Amino acid sequence: MFYREAGQYKTSYADDGQIFPIRQDRYAIAVLLLVAFVVVPFTASAYLLSGILIPCLIISLAALGLNILTGYAGQLSLGTAAFMAVGAFASYNFVLRIPGIPLLLAFALAGMVAAFVGIIFGLPSLRVRGFYLAASTLATQFFIVWCLTKFSWLSNNSSSGIITAQPMQILGYTFSSPASKYLLVLSIVAVMALALKNLVRSNTGRAWMAIRDMDMAAEVIGFPPMRTKLLAFAVSSFYCGVAGALYAYAFLGTVEPDGFSLDLSFRVLFMIIIGGLGSISGSFIGAGFVFLMPIALNMFFGATGIHMPESVKSNLEQMIFGGLIIFFLIVEPHGLARLWQITKEKLRIWPFPH
Amino acid sequence: MSERTIGGVILDLRNISLSFGGVKALTDISFDVREGEVRAIIGPNGAGKSSMLNVINGVYRPQQGQIAFHGKTRHDMDTHEAAAQGIARTFQNIALFKGMSVLDNIMTGRNLKIKTNFLQQAIWWGPARREEIEQRRKVEEVIDFLEIQHIRKTPVGRLPYGLQKRVELARALAAEPKILLLDEPMAGMNVEEKQDMCRFILDVNEQFGTTVVLIEHDMGVVMDLSDRVVVLDYGRKIADGLPDEVRGNPEVISAYLGQAH
Repeated sequence: MFYREAGQYKTSYADDGQIFPIRQDRYAIAVLLLVAFVVVPFTASAYLLSGILIPCLIISLAALGLNILTGYAGQLSLGTAAFMAVGAFASYNFVLRIPGIPLLLAFALAGMVAAFVGIIFGLPSLRVRGFYLAASTLATQFFIVWCLTKFSWLSNNSSSGIITAQPMQILGYTFSSPASKYLLVLSIVAVMALALKNLVRSNTGRAWMAIRDMDMAAEVIGFPPMRTKLLAFAVSSFYCGVAGALYAYAFLGTVEPDGFSLDLSFRVLFMIIIGGLGSISGSFIGAGFVFLMPIALNMFFGATGIHMPESVKSNLEQMIFGGLIIFFLIVEPHGLARLWQITKEKLRIWPFPH
Repeated sequence: MSERTIGGVILDLRNISLSFGGVKALTDISFDVREGEVRAIIGPNGAGKSSMLNVINGVYRPQQGQIAFHGKTRHDMDTHEAAAQGIARTFQNIALFKGMSVLDNIMTGRNLKIKTNFLQQAIWWGPARREEIEQRRKVEEVIDFLEIQHIRKTPVGRLPYGLQKRVELARALAAEPKILLLDEPMAGMNVEEKQDMCRFILDVNEQFGTTVVLIEHDMGVVMDLSDRVVVLDYGRKIADGLPDEVRGNPEVISAYLGQAH
C-alpha cells in the first residue's frame, strides 16, 4: 500500500538507471545511512561497536569481494581468507617499512598486492572451472598461510608470524575509540560498496555476468574471457585485501597467519550463498545473518532463562544454525536477498492483490 | 525504406576443411557472401552448417583454407577479431545470459563500443555515466525495432521461447554488425512467430543493409527470404546458386529425399 511506485515516472535514461529507482527505497536507504553514520556512533555501547558492528562490516566487505568473483563472475573460490591475510600483512609491512605513509594509501596498496596475488592464483581459471577451480584456489589458502609463517621477514621476525597492527593515524588524528574506528570502517565499506554497485551496473559487471552465464556467447560477442576473469580475480582480491587490512587494524589489532584459515574462507562463502549470489545487498544480509545468528541464539537462551550446561548450549547453537542454513537454502536457493526482493514485489500490490 | 542493393563480395571462404580428430566436418568448401544479400546455408542434419558458421566467426579454426573478409585474407578467424570487424551471430540453442534482464542482455551487444575503463565505471559520475546513457539510447532503438519494449526489465529466463529468440537477435543487432549470422532463427517456432521473425530479418536487411547469413530448415522460409543458397551434405558443398536453381538440382533432391536404387 505504501510501497508502490505509482506516479513515479521515469523521463530519462539517467532516471531509469539509478541504483534505487523507487522513491521509497531511496528514503529508506537515506534513513539507514543517517542512522549508521550519525545515531549509532553516539548511542551504541563500546561492545556493540567493536564486538559486533565493526567485525560485521569488515566481514561484509570480504563477502562483497567473494561475491564479485563467485556471484558475479561465476568463479568458485575458497581463497578468501588467504587474500585477507595478504591484505593484513601487506598493510602492516607498508606502514612498518615506509615511515609516514598515509594509512589509507597503505590500505589501498595492500589491496593492490592482494589483487596481484589474486591474478596469479586466478590464472588456472582460464583452464578449469567449477569444483576443479575451487580445488586450485584451495592451494592459495595453504600456500599463503605457509608463506606468512615460513618467511619471518613478512611479520618483522616475530615468533610464529604474529603481527600487531600499528595505531591508525590519519592526518594526525588517531583512531583509537570504538566509535571513531567504527566510522572509519563504515566509511570505507560504504564507499567500496557504492563503487562495486557502479561497476556491476556498467559494462564491467555485464562482462562478468556474461562470462558466468554463457562463456561461449560472451566470447563471441566480444568480451575477452581472459581479461574479464582476471579482472574479476583482481577486483575481488582487492576487496578481500582491504577487508583483511581492516580486520587487523580496526578489529583484532593482533593477527597471526593461522587466523586466516580455511574456516574463515568457508564462512564467507556461506555468507554469500545464504545472502544471495550476485547481489550486493545479499552480501551484507548474508554476513549479518551468519555473524549475528550465533549471538542472537546466545541471547535468546539467556533471555528465556533455560539452564543447560555450556557445552550443550554451544552445540545446540551450532545445530540450530546449521538447520537454519538448510531451511533457507531449501526455501529460497537464491538467498535472503531474493526473499527480500519477492517480499517487496508482493508489498507493491498489498493489500489488494487483484 | 531504402532500395536493396547487393554489392561486391564481402566475405569469401576458400577451400575450407575442418576435422575433429578423424571426423571430417567440412571438406574443401568454398563460397562467397555479397554485401547486402541474404545468403542461406541449408542441408540435412549433420551436414556441417553450424560448423561453417563457427568457422566464420572464429569459434572453430579450420585446418585448411582461407577466409577473406573486408579485403583481408587470413587462415582462420579469431572470435574477438570477428566481433570487432562486425560479425555478430545468434545460436541454434539460445545462448542468452540467463541471470540478466533483457535490457542488460542487449546492452552486452554494445560492449565493443564502450571506451571507459573499469576505474571510470567504478566512479560512475562523468564519462561512464554519459557513455552508459548514450549506449542505452542505441539499445532502445533496437528494442523499438524488434517490438520488445514491454519486456525490457524482465529476466530473460522468464520469457517464452519465441521472445528469447527475438532478444538474442536484438543482442546481435545491438552490435550494429556488418554481417549477421543466424543459426536456425526459426527453429521450434509456431507459424505466427516464424512470420514475425521473417519480417524482422527482412527489415534488418532492407533498412540497415545488413548482410545476413542464415541456416534454416524450413524450406518455404529459405526460398522466400534468401537471394542465394548454398547446400551442404556430409561436409561437402553440393550446390550453390539462386533458390530456384537449387530447388531443381538433382543432387540436392537426392540428398534430402534419398535416392532410388
